[in-house]
Amino acid sequence: MSTAATVVELKQITKSFPGVVANDSISLTLRKGEIHALLGENGAGKSTLMNILFGLYQPDHGTIEINGKQVTIDNPNKAIKLGIGMVHQHFKLVQPFTVTENIILGMEPKKGLNIDYKSASAQVAKLSEQYGLQVDPNAKIQDISVGMQQRVEIMKTLFRGADILIFDEPTAVLTPQEIVELMAIMKRLVEEGKSIILITHKLKEIMEISDRVTIIRRGKVIDTVDTNNTNPNELAAKMVGRDVTFQIDKQEPAAGEPVLQLNEVKMQNKDGIPVLNGLNLQVRAGEIVGIAGVDGNGQTELIEAITGLRKINSGSIKLSGKEIANLPVRKIIESGLSHIPEDRHKHGLVLDFSISENMVLETYYKHPYSKSGFIDQKTVDRHAEELVEQFDVRTPSIYTKARSLSGGNQQKAIIAREIDKNPDLLIAAQPTRGLDVGAIEFVHRQLIEQRDKGKAVLLISFELDEIMNVSDRIAVIYEGRIVGEVRPQDTNDQELGLMMAGFMEQGGQSHG
Amino acid sequence: MDKLRKIFSLDSLIVPLVAILLGLLVGAVVMLLGGYNPLVAYSALIQRVVGNPYDFGETIRQITPLIFTGLAVAFAFRSGMFNIGADGQVLIGMTTATSVSLLMTGVSSNIVVPLAVIAGGIAGGLWAAIAGYLKAKRGINEVITTIMLNWTALYLSNYVIRHFFLMKGQNRSEDIGASAAMTFLGGIFNNARVHWGTVIALLAAVFFYVYLWKTKQGYEMRAVGFNANAADYAGMNVGRNVVKAMFISGVFAGLAGTFEVLGVFHYQSVFAASPGYGFDGIAVALLGMNHPFGVVLAGSLYGVLTYGSAGMSFAAGVPPELIKIIIGSIIFFIAAQGIVRFVLKPFYLKRKKEKVL
Repeated sequence: MSTAATVVELKQITKSFPGVVANDSISLTLRKGEIHALLGENGAGKSTLMNILFGLYQPDHGTIEINGKQVTIDNPNKAIKLGIGMVHQHFKLVQPFTVTENIILGMEPKKGLNIDYKSASAQVAKLSEQYGLQVDPNAKIQDISVGMQQRVEIMKTLFRGADILIFDEPTAVLTPQEIVELMAIMKRLVEEGKSIILITHKLKEIMEISDRVTIIRRGKVIDTVDTNNTNPNELAAKMVGRDVTFQIDKQEPAAGEPVLQLNEVKMQNKDGIPVLNGLNLQVRAGEIVGIAGVDGNGQTELIEAITGLRKINSGSIKLSGKEIANLPVRKIIESGLSHIPEDRHKHGLVLDFSISENMVLETYYKHPYSKSGFIDQKTVDRHAEELVEQFDVRTPSIYTKARSLSGGNQQKAIIAREIDKNPDLLIAAQPTRGLDVGAIEFVHRQLIEQRDKGKAVLLISFELDEIMNVSDRIAVIYEGRIVGEVRPQDTNDQELGLMMAGFMEQGGQSHG
Repeated sequence: MDKLRKIFSLDSLIVPLVAILLGLLVGAVVMLLGGYNPLVAYSALIQRVVGNPYDFGETIRQITPLIFTGLAVAFAFRSGMFNIGADGQVLIGMTTATSVSLLMTGVSSNIVVPLAVIAGGIAGGLWAAIAGYLKAKRGINEVITTIMLNWTALYLSNYVIRHFFLMKGQNRSEDIGASAAMTFLGGIFNNARVHWGTVIALLAAVFFYVYLWKTKQGYEMRAVGFNANAADYAGMNVGRNVVKAMFISGVFAGLAGTFEVLGVFHYQSVFAASPGYGFDGIAVALLGMNHPFGVVLAGSLYGVLTYGSAGMSFAAGVPPELIKIIIGSIIFFIAAQGIVRFVLKPFYLKRKKEKVL
């Protein structure tokens, strides 16, 4: 590897934004045919650096060399011309267009005045074969899975002749199987002579696939190491700046009275297909119940049923003994529910509101935030200041729009707001999705702290490790029913996996 | 004070200003191409507006409904909706005010005017709320329903005037005795048709600002406007907010129509086609960046250009339609902010360099 040519060399890149130095003389080299991981916490400056390389930002100082030649990249088109392609975390695809149309968008092969779809399809098929990227060239984006959409993004960059690929948190949105497939694709890409920069904070992936790792913390390069000579603990410590424990210390649960009781809950989707099939579940005070299951088995609907976002067809949902099924959302919230939503951009935050405004999203109408119909801005701001301080939300100010915060800090803001309401029941749906290890540790500690305070916590997650580590009791959901309940210490990934796949039913033996 | 400074911060003010300049420039180029002298034309335009008290008063009259309809469109927009139906709401407000006034013929103006204003505003609001209700309950896009309601309003208004209030032998209603004119200003403005609507329009802008940014209902409405899913998640009643926002938007538009009959014409015509107040309102809202104070400024500009265009054609021979090109270009430049920023780029760079030095 060491003999391979250098394709990208970033020298002493510095970039400041008002109030922060996002990149503080960062240097980085990417060799031909390597997968170079860029590791750092949320907001460490990884994305800024890559946006500089892709021409979206201009560095204040420092130079960029591509294949040994110094270049100025002042817009993405220039970057594309230099053979740099970026696979964004949030896909930039036209939903009603087909895969082929999306790939050729902006550089359509022409035949006279018309777009030459035939030659386009042929080129797409060729790329697809060469790199083992399975896509259906005629499917519409809105009809294909997230994993396939990502492959379309990758093909877009290849179609534009990219040799240097930047992957920005590519696995954040993928299911475990899709992650395995992506890893294979990335390996194939480097075999074909491409070079990859992988932005991530998932140590497992780095260990598995990267050749070298550069760790960035608060805008500075901490170290660049060969993956073979390091281990996850060392990487995590370098990234966070302190030792991180993956295993969470927690006391035995002191479960009390049932707080949430679901009895034979049934729900149909708008096409009349049952999505919850007589679901039974109980969460008691002072325990964390984890819902394990493969995506699409009714997890989202379960949350929507409890929180009142969607009506159930039959059954009963009780919160602290009170029937809440099909009540208005606000009534349910006032009955003592807090909810960290699955999709923080869609449900969790009003991105164009300031942090301050977001912190009272569910309580703005109550005293002291509202006084005789008017919002008391001072009280709202003070409240936000307190939460930002207490939960270490890193934001330039409480007047900053939620949109401009990093994902981890957005999540912290939501958690701060939800925990501050002092609920009886806390629902946490995918609470650590897209977060770095430091932030994950923080979230998990918050959940356990709530449990220790005697709250009931319902955790829904696709990350088995998270379910196993945090839950006191695991309920496995399959096709809209709870098909089994186990305690994490009595089970293993394999058994859970079988239950999640519907091969093993184990009727609630661990009640009580 | 801080907030105020933020509103009028350089960036949000400089883009519209440059857009206006560019629009005037485009107008000048077109005039040159047509063989007119733009300097003469523009000075005639200004002369017309500020030349004498009467014309100045009439300009204010011209501006007033533009502010109302601009506020209507901007308010709906802030709540996440596109109210294309301000025009119909203007007509409904107008017709209601006319009906109330004519039904109460002979009663003192001091009683009729407030009643007619309230009725006209509410009627406009309810008309818009139909579209809000259809969106909230049935998910029908408000762009479609408001456009349809424009036509319904036009024919409904004409029907009401023709069948109940027609002046014999004329294509208009009988004269309204009550008046919202500010007669005490008649002397100053040389009998220009200035009326209380202007004051109400300015108050409406203040209400808009306070309601949306200071009250809890406004907080809710903005949340719904930015992200209805999050509002739903937070327990807000999205549907009710949609209806309420459309209602308030419609009240603004209804008041525009109300004051046009009570303050200006004192009768209502049978309209052959839509009078177009609402569509001007869309332009004004866009020009005013959907901010109430921006709308007041934009409405003033729009009104000045429209009213002044007559002077332009009189003194410089420039066809008054040219003003539409100017307004169109201004809106174009506002919408295409990238162009404005591109024009500004050299200035920004220069400033940066100066700072370094």
